[in-house]
Amino acid sequence: MSRVTTHETTHSSVKDMVWRWGAGPCWGVAAFLTWWLPDGDDFPDTTLLAGLFLACGVVLLILAALKRLRYWAPWSAVLGLGLGAWEVAQAKFLLLPRPFFGTPQDLLDVFLTDWKRLGDSLLHSLLLLLIGYGIGACVGIVVGMALGRSLRFRYWVRPIMRVIGPLPPVALLPLAFVIMPSTRLAGEALMALSAGFPVAVLTWSGVAAVDPAYYDVARTMGAKDRFLVLRVALPAATPQIFVGLFMGLGASFSMLVVAEMLGVKSGLGFYMQWAQGWAAYPNMYAALLVMALMCTSLMTLLFKLRDYVLRWQKDGLKW
Amino acid sequence: MVKTAATQPALKPLSLHIDHLNHGYEAQGAMRPVLDDVSFDVAPGEFVALLGPSGCGKSTLLRLIAGLEAPLSGTIEADGREITGPGPDRIVMFQDPTLYPWRTVEENVALGLDIHKKRDPKIVRDALHLVGLEKDATSWPHQLSGGMAQRVALARALVNNPRMLILDEPLGKLDSLTRLTMQGEIRRFWQQQGFSALMVTHDVEEALLLATRVLVFSPRPARIVSDQPIELSAEQRHRDDPHVIALRRAILEQLGHRNDW
Ligand SMILES: Nc1ncnc2c1ncn2[C@@H]1O[C@H](COP(=O)(O)OP(=O)(O)OP(=O)(O)O)[C@@H](O)[C@H]1O
Ligand SMILES: [Mg+2]
Repeated sequence: MSRVTTHETTHSSVKDMVWRWGAGPCWGVAAFLTWWLPDGDDFPDTTLLAGLFLACGVVLLILAALKRLRYWAPWSAVLGLGLGAWEVAQAKFLLLPRPFFGTPQDLLDVFLTDWKRLGDSLLHSLLLLLIGYGIGACVGIVVGMALGRSLRFRYWVRPIMRVIGPLPPVALLPLAFVIMPSTRLAGEALMALSAGFPVAVLTWSGVAAVDPAYYDVARTMGAKDRFLVLRVALPAATPQIFVGLFMGLGASFSMLVVAEMLGVKSGLGFYMQWAQGWAAYPNMYAALLVMALMCTSLMTLLFKLRDYVLRWQKDGLKW
Repeated sequence: MVKTAATQPALKPLSLHIDHLNHGYEAQGAMRPVLDDVSFDVAPGEFVALLGPSGCGKSTLLRLIAGLEAPLSGTIEADGREITGPGPDRIVMFQDPTLYPWRTVEENVALGLDIHKKRDPKIVRDALHLVGLEKDATSWPHQLSGGMAQRVALARALVNNPRMLILDEPLGKLDSLTRLTMQGEIRRFWQQQGFSALMVTHDVEEALLLATRVLVFSPRPARIVSDQPIELSAEQRHRDDPHVIALRRAILEQLGHRNDW
C-alpha cells in the first residue's frame, strides 16, 4: 500500500515539475514566435508584445524557482501557448476573418492608447453599480426584515412585490428614462430595484425560517423588539441574505450593461456600444475584458465578505 | 472542580402562586388538554423538582411560568403579581440548548448581559468555569458536543442572576460522570445565590439530590399526583443513602413504575 503511494507521489511530483518549469518556456516560445515570424499585415506593438510574453515567461520561471508556482502552473502554461497560437493564427497567417477577430497586439494597443477612456468608463460603471446595488441591497434587507416581522407591512407590501417583482427590471427602462430627471438616476433606480428584489425576498424567507426558540431564549432574558430584530432575526437570516445579495449582484450586472447601452452616456456598456458603432472591435474586446475583470472582482469581494460574516458556519461554497 | 465566588449580589428570591391552571393545544381540530387544574405554590428560595412521564406537559407548564404563553384559564402570580409576559426575574434554561450558531460560546453565555447592555467578561468567565468550559470560550456552537452545548446553555442561564431559575432537563444530555459534577455545581450555586428554582428532570435520583420538594405529574393531561417535601440533610443527599433509596422507590411507584429494578 505504502509502496504504491510512494510510487504515485514520485510520479505526480515529476508531472508537477514538468508543469512548473514548463510554464515559463511556453511563454518564451510564444514570445519567440511573435518576434521571429513576420506579421501578416501592418500591426502595432509587435515587438512590445513579444517583450511582454518574454517578461511573463521570466516571471513564471522566477516563481518556479521560488516554488511559488504550483496550483496555477498548468493554467499558466496553457495560457501562454494559447496566446501564442492566437498570435500566430491571426497576426502572422491571418486565418480568421478580420476585423471581427483582432490580434493580441490590437488588444494591447487599445490598452496602450485608450487606457484613459477605458479607465474612466470603468470608474463610471463602478460608481453607477455600487451606488445602485448598495441602495438596493440595503433597502432590500430592510424591506425583507419588515416583511418577515410585521403583519401590517406584509399586508400592504406583499401584493406590490408580487406584481412588480417578477417583472424583469429591464422592462421598466423606457419608463424610467421618461419619469426620472436624468438617465443616470434612472439607471441607478433600476439597478437598485433589480438588486433589491431578490435581496428582499431572500431576507424575508430567511427571517421567516428563524427558529422561534431563538426568540424565546432572548425574550425570557428580557429582550425587546429591537434586540430581537437586529441581534436575533438579522444574524439568523444572514445565510439567506447572502444568497439574495449574490443574486442581486448578478441582476445588477445585467441592468448596468443594458442601462449603459441604452441611455446612460458613460461607462463600459456605453464604451462597447460606441466601439461597435465605429467597428472598433479591439476596443470592444478590451472593454469586455475590463468588464469581466470588474464583475469577477466584485463577486470575489462579496464572497470574501460572506466568508467572514458567516465564519460561524460549518462549510461554504468556494468561489 | 472548585468553583466560583459570587460575582453578582444575590437578589431576593421569587415566590410563585399557581392557581387552577388549565392549558391545551389545538390538534386536528380538537382541543387537546395538556394541563389539568394545576395548582401549587413555590416559596422564595425553594428548589422544586418536577417529575412526570414524557409528553405529560412539564415543558408546557414551564413556558407558562416563563410568560412565553398565556394559559387558557387559571392564574400564575409571581410575588403576588400576575405574570403577563417573560421577564428577566425568571430565567429559563430550555430543554434544547438553542445556542445562537452565530455567537461563540462566550458570546452565547453573555447573551443576557448583552440584552441589558452590561457585558462583563468576568461574569462570563466565571460561568464558563462553573460548567467546565473555559477552554472552549471562543469555539462556535457547531464545534460542541450535545453535552457541551447543554452546559453552555446552563452557563447562559446562570449569568443572569435570576430571582427564579427554571431548568428543563438541564443535564439530560450529559454522561453520568459530568452529570454528577454538574449536579453538585447547580446545588452549590443555588445555595450560594439563594434563588428559587424549578427543575424538570427524568432522573428521580437527581430530583432527590437537588430539590427541597418534588412534584409528580400524571400522564397527559398533567395533574399533580403528589407533592412532597424532601427533608434530607446534606449527608443524606447521597445516592446510596437508605432515605434516598426509599424515597426513590416511592416516587417511581407514583410515576407508575412498580417493579423497581
Ligand atoms: N406548540 C404546541 N402545539 C401543539 N401541541 C403541543 C405544543 N407544545 C406541546 N404540545 C403537546 O403538549 C404535550 C406536552 O408537551 P410538553 O413538551 O410539555 O411535554 P413534556 O412533559 O415536557 O415532555 P418531555 O418530558 O418529553 O419533554 C405533548 O403531547 C405535545 O404534543
Ligand atoms: Mg419537555
